[in-house]
Amino acid sequence: MSLLEVRDLFVEFRTRDGVARAVNGVSYTVEAGETLAVLGESGSGKSVTAQAVMGILDMPPGRITGGEILFQGRDLLSLPEEERRRIRGSKMAMIFQDALSSLNPVLTVGFQLAEMFRVHQGLGRKEARARAVELMERVRIPAARQRVGDFPHQFSGGMRQRIMIAMALALEPDLIIADEPTTALDVTVQAQVMELLAELQREFTMGLILITHDLGVVADVADKIAVMYAGRIVETAPVKELYQAPAHPYTKGLLDSIPRLDQKGQQLNVIRGMPPSLLDIPPGCAYNPRCPMARAVCRTDEPPLYEVSAQRRSACHFWREMFDGR
Amino acid sequence: MGRYVVRRLLQMIPVFIGTTFLIFVMVYAVGDPVNAMFGERAPDPATAEQLREEFNLDKPIWQQYVLYMGNIFTGDFGNAFNGQPVTELMATAFPITIRLAALAIVFEILVGITLGVLTGLRRGRPIDSGVLMLTLVVISVPTFVTGSLAQYLLGVKWGWISPAVSPAAPLRELLLPGLVLALVSLAYVTRLTRTSIAENARADYVRTAVAKGLSRRRVTVRHLLRNSLIPVVTFLGTDVGNLMAGALVTERIFNIHGVGFQLWQGIVRQNSPTVVGFVTVLVIVFLLANLLVDLLYAVLDPRIRYA
Repeated sequence: MSLLEVRDLFVEFRTRDGVARAVNGVSYTVEAGETLAVLGESGSGKSVTAQAVMGILDMPPGRITGGEILFQGRDLLSLPEEERRRIRGSKMAMIFQDALSSLNPVLTVGFQLAEMFRVHQGLGRKEARARAVELMERVRIPAARQRVGDFPHQFSGGMRQRIMIAMALALEPDLIIADEPTTALDVTVQAQVMELLAELQREFTMGLILITHDLGVVADVADKIAVMYAGRIVETAPVKELYQAPAHPYTKGLLDSIPRLDQKGQQLNVIRGMPPSLLDIPPGCAYNPRCPMARAVCRTDEPPLYEVSAQRRSACHFWREMFDGR
Repeated sequence: MGRYVVRRLLQMIPVFIGTTFLIFVMVYAVGDPVNAMFGERAPDPATAEQLREEFNLDKPIWQQYVLYMGNIFTGDFGNAFNGQPVTELMATAFPITIRLAALAIVFEILVGITLGVLTGLRRGRPIDSGVLMLTLVVISVPTFVTGSLAQYLLGVKWGWISPAVSPAAPLRELLLPGLVLALVSLAYVTRLTRTSIAENARADYVRTAVAKGLSRRRVTVRHLLRNSLIPVVTFLGTDVGNLMAGALVTERIFNIHGVGFQLWQGIVRQNSPTVVGFVTVLVIVFLLANLLVDLLYAVLDPRIRYA
């Protein structure tokens, strides 16, 4: 039994302009102690999938129209809200992108951390506070005891994200979802925060879903990658294999658009065009208008997830050519 | 913080002098208070002269003002023309109006904020549209209409309450007048809270609170409400002054002998010391209420620091 198994998940949003199909049949699994990186542009459905797993999707306008989310063997979507609430924060936790806006500006960090223990474990004010200080020390915030009464705006960006991480780790959950945890940080701090996260994950053998659009971050920490495009997974693979030989033109486009030192002075490769509107996803393969390999069949037939190898899948009709062309 | 308060208090001095001087000039320059005392009859010139001297009315206006202010700071607000000390009038009037205004504020907080939260969380649903429409009606209808109507229906026609408040004005009798006084502000508080709640409900920290596995109630009360109340508190603070002065209409309708009633009597009878005295105190109430709001800001929002 996997720690988390998302099966054929569909999520849509009702908007004034029509129905936005944000997630269209996404499946992935995360094992205990494993890191899954979910890669994709804004609007690819990576965050929406995660929010559906956490159960924090805004409904309405959001609606889960199909699929299952199995967490430790139980289908979360069929659980009553009260039971899901108890799982949230204690068994699975989420780290958000912008710690400044994600922490409550008018409550002290100590209160916000202690709240986890008070609500889920029924600890008293004092005891919960002491645990909050321990947590802050654990994520290496200097002078934790003095700073426990400070407000979020009094911390630096890196320290704030550490507090977010501490809050997620408070009850030692089995699964952590980190939604672009380093995007809002300085490059120098990004590595520190990622290292801390990876270290704590090993310590507690948690499953980690790392949502990002930063390919550099992924390479170091992830075990496997799921690449998403227009609400669908287009490729899944172990990290090393994916970097060596992408099996989907979109993945290849992403990898090619990483600036490299040995290409100094040359023009940067980019993927042409824009991601499709979720209100109007092109028929066939959603990537076909931007794909350099697109042929007639790509515009009519939606590719299934082909089995490339035991651990790899690609949603490209011509995945074999991807390997031949090298 | 301490320095900020001192600075604010110092800034109040010119504002205080400016406003009181203006009122002083307006009250004393318009009409002859001595003539007004005698009503229809022409006063005996010698007596009039003596009275003018007694009340400093023979001196230039600026000098009158300085003398008056000097006396105020010794706690002497002068005597009304009938010989009764103005402070005595205040001692009976202010407690009544304070009770009335406090009651109104309580209504605004309890009813206004509750309705605001309910509608803010259910935007676009029937309860939201219904309350919104109701607030619009309340805001559009002047207090003297709602007041008179409530008095007629509840007091006269159905006899649920006594239509006039007795001179002692016990809290029980002030319930309806308090509600009438609060009504317009209450509608504003509802709308303000609603907007603020709806806006903050989409904030990232609310999503975090939900992700922490907190109950709906705790998310709303601990995380959402606290942030949403900042603009509401500002409004309530400034409303304290408005309610005290604005109780005039309500106090007239229900025959409450409070500040508004005394002010009105003072104006009608050209009883200048009464008018100036009461308004001076109201100015101080306004200024202090505003300072209090600014200080409360820092308590509610720790990002605001005063230096």
